[in-house]
Amino acid sequence: MSWIIAIAIIVLGVVLTLIRAMLGPTAADRMVAVDSMTTITTALLVLLALYFKRYIYLDIALVYAVLAFVATLAVARYMEGGL
Amino acid sequence: MLTAIGWFLIYFGAFFLFLGALGIMRFPDVYNRLQAGTKCTTLGALSTSIGVGFLHPAWLPKTFIIALFILLTNPISSHALGRASYRSGVKLWEKSVVDKCKEFKECVEEENE
Repeated sequence: MSWIIAIAIIVLGVVLTLIRAMLGPTAADRMVAVDSMTTITTALLVLLALYFKRYIYLDIALVYAVLAFVATLAVARYMEGGL
Repeated sequence: MLTAIGWFLIYFGAFFLFLGALGIMRFPDVYNRLQAGTKCTTLGALSTSIGVGFLHPAWLPKTFIIALFILLTNPISSHALGRASYRSGVKLWEKSVVDKCKEFKECVEEENE
C-alpha cells in the first residue's frame, strides 16, 4: 500500500512538468521541461519494476535513460544551430 | 532494517522529484528552471533507484548502474541545454543581477565569427 503514495507524488511531478511543456513561452522552456520529465520518468519506471516484481523492467529504464540523453543532446545542438 | 532504509530513500527521492517539477512550474526564467529541474531530479532519481536496490538486494547492481548513468549524463545534457538556450538568444529575467558571459564578450564574439 505504501508504494501508491510514492507513485502518486511522482506522477504529480510529471503532470507539473507537462503543464510547463505545454505553455512554455520559448522552445528552450519546453525542452528543459521535457528533459526533466524524462529523468522523472526513469525513476517512475524503476518504481514500476518494484511494483510488478519483474527484473527485466529495469532494462527498460536504462534504455529509456540512454535514449533520452541522446535526444536531449541532439535537440540542444539543433537549437544552437550546429546540426 | 534494509527495508526501512529502502522506503526512506524512495520517499526522499519522490519528494525531491516533486520539488523539481514544482520549480519548473513556478520559476520565471529558462535558466532558473534549468537549475531547479536538473539538480532536484538528479538527486531524486538517484535516491529512488538506490532505494529500490535496497528493497531487493539482488537488483542492486543494475539499479546502481542506472543511478551512475543518471549522475554522469544529467549535468552534460543540462550544460548543452543552457548553452543552446543562451546562444539561441533567450533573454535573462529582468531582475537577474549578473551575466558573466556577456561581460567578457566571449560568447558574443564567438558567435560573430
